[in-house]
Order: sequence, then structure tokens, then C-alpha cells
Amino acid sequence: MQIPYTVEPRPDTGLYNAKLGVWLFLASEVMLFGALFSALILLRTGATSWPHGYEVLNVPLATINTMVLITSSVSMVMSWAALRLGDFGKYRKWMGLTFLLGLVFMVIKTMEYAAKFEHHLYPSHDNFMATYFTLTGLHGLHVLGGMIVIAYLLGPGSKMWRTEPERYTNRVEVIGLYWHFVDLVWIFLFPTLYLL
Amino acid sequence: MSGHSVEEIRRETRVYVLVFVALAVLTLVTVGVSYLHLSFGAAVGLALFIASIKGSLVAAFFMHLISERRLVYAVLILTVIFFVALILLPLGGYHDRLG
Repeated sequence: MQIPYTVEPRPDTGLYNAKLGVWLFLASEVMLFGALFSALILLRTGATSWPHGYEVLNVPLATINTMVLITSSVSMVMSWAALRLGDFGKYRKWMGLTFLLGLVFMVIKTMEYAAKFEHHLYPSHDNFMATYFTLTGLHGLHVLGGMIVIAYLLGPGSKMWRTEPERYTNRVEVIGLYWHFVDLVWIFLFPTLYLL
Repeated sequence: MSGHSVEEIRRETRVYVLVFVALAVLTLVTVGVSYLHLSFGAAVGLALFIASIKGSLVAAFFMHLISERRLVYAVLILTVIFFVALILLPLGGYHDRLG
């Protein structure tokens, strides 16, 4: 049986189903990260002392990572635009770049974590390190999850382009929305954890 | 969105590049401002203000919320209401403790 509304919009919502689905998922993600930001505010306002992020964390590395993630967001949206123009070759280049930038982000994050562990700074060290590892760890898992989906779309999932190009383009739009959300979370995490 | 003309899509890609440049510049501004060592309140306000501009650019152009269906806006408005409540709850507790 054919799955309905994978390409054409549902008459009542005006959206194809996957798009409404991803927006509802992102709404739940806002609440997940919102709860953790809320916990950070509670802990920080209740603490007698709290370190400045820039004294403990590596700001230059995090700045590079911010640039990497922003660049990956633009390469993701460029890949979607290339598909809409019917240029699969260009799409693969932009999407491949997005995957690589995701990988660079994760490598830099691993270097950051390794440096912390070398200095015996673990989540159990204090509330600051606990929130740092929880928030950046959860965010990192989201980057990893996005990379897995991108790898699938570039690999076995790309067969769909030949049979159902519009449905494939919609899949790319949906992973794009998720990827931009992950970028958006980092845009707030970066100053909150590293610069204040 | 996929029904847009070739010219429209090409125009959109030019906008994406401009947004990218704005995001990169604002990132450097955020880092630069942190070296000014402003008072904590001013630093938080400014950092969140710049982050909000960056976030809005990503949401409006990369997530194309600038031209989205009404249902998506309805879902997001509901989300924002609950998100703001979640953020204000601990702040309310902080003011209580201050007396």
C-alpha cells in the first residue's frame, strides 16, 4: 500500500506528512533542550560561585566549531536547492560537504572532551562541568544522529532519486530542518556555556 | 517549496549566502563582546540578543519559516509559550530567594 501524502500536501494541513511530523518532533526537541537550559538557569542562579565558561573551556575551538556548524547549515540548504533544480551531482557535493563538516565538528568536540579528561574534569567535578557535558553531549548525539541520516540519504537511500525524485527532495528538506535546528541549539549553547 | 521556478530558487541561494555571511560576522561579534568583560547582566543580555538574531536568521531563511504554512506557525507558537514558561520558572524562584 502506498504511504499517503509523501509528496502532495494533505488538504487539511497544507503540508506533506513528513514535514508536519518533523516540525512536531522539533517542538518536542525544543522542550527537551528547554528543560536542560531551565536546569542550567536554576543551578547557576542558586550557586554561591560559578566559573566563567571562558576560564574553563576552550573558546577558540568552540568558535571554530560554531563556524563549522554554520557552514554545514548553508551547505545543507544548498544541497536541497540543488535537488530542487534537478542537479543531483551538485546535491551530492553539498550534502557530502555537510557530512564532512558534521564529522569535523565531532572531531573538535572529541578533542575538547579529551583535554577536559586529561585535566581530570569529569561531569562529577561540579555542577558547571555536569551541565557542560550534559548539554554538549546531548547536542553532539544529535549531530551524530543527523550524520547517520545524511549518510543513508547519500548511500542506499539515494536510489529513491531515480524512482521518486520529489519524495526524495522532501526527505532532504526534512533532514535539513532537523540539521538547522541542531545548528540553532548550538547558537544558544555557545555563548551560554563558553562566553558567560 | 519544490514548485518554485528556477529563477526563484537561484535567488533563494543568493539569500542563503548572505545569511551565512551575517551569521559568521555575528559569531565574531559575540566572541568579541565577551572580551569586553561587561557586567554579568549586560553580558547575558547582549549575548542572548545576538544569539536571538542569529537564531531568527536560521529559522526564517534556512528553515524557511518566512513563508510557511499556518499549521507550522500554530505548532511553534504553542511551543514558544511552553518554552518561555520553562525558562521563567527557575528565574521566578531566583527572585523569591532574593526576597
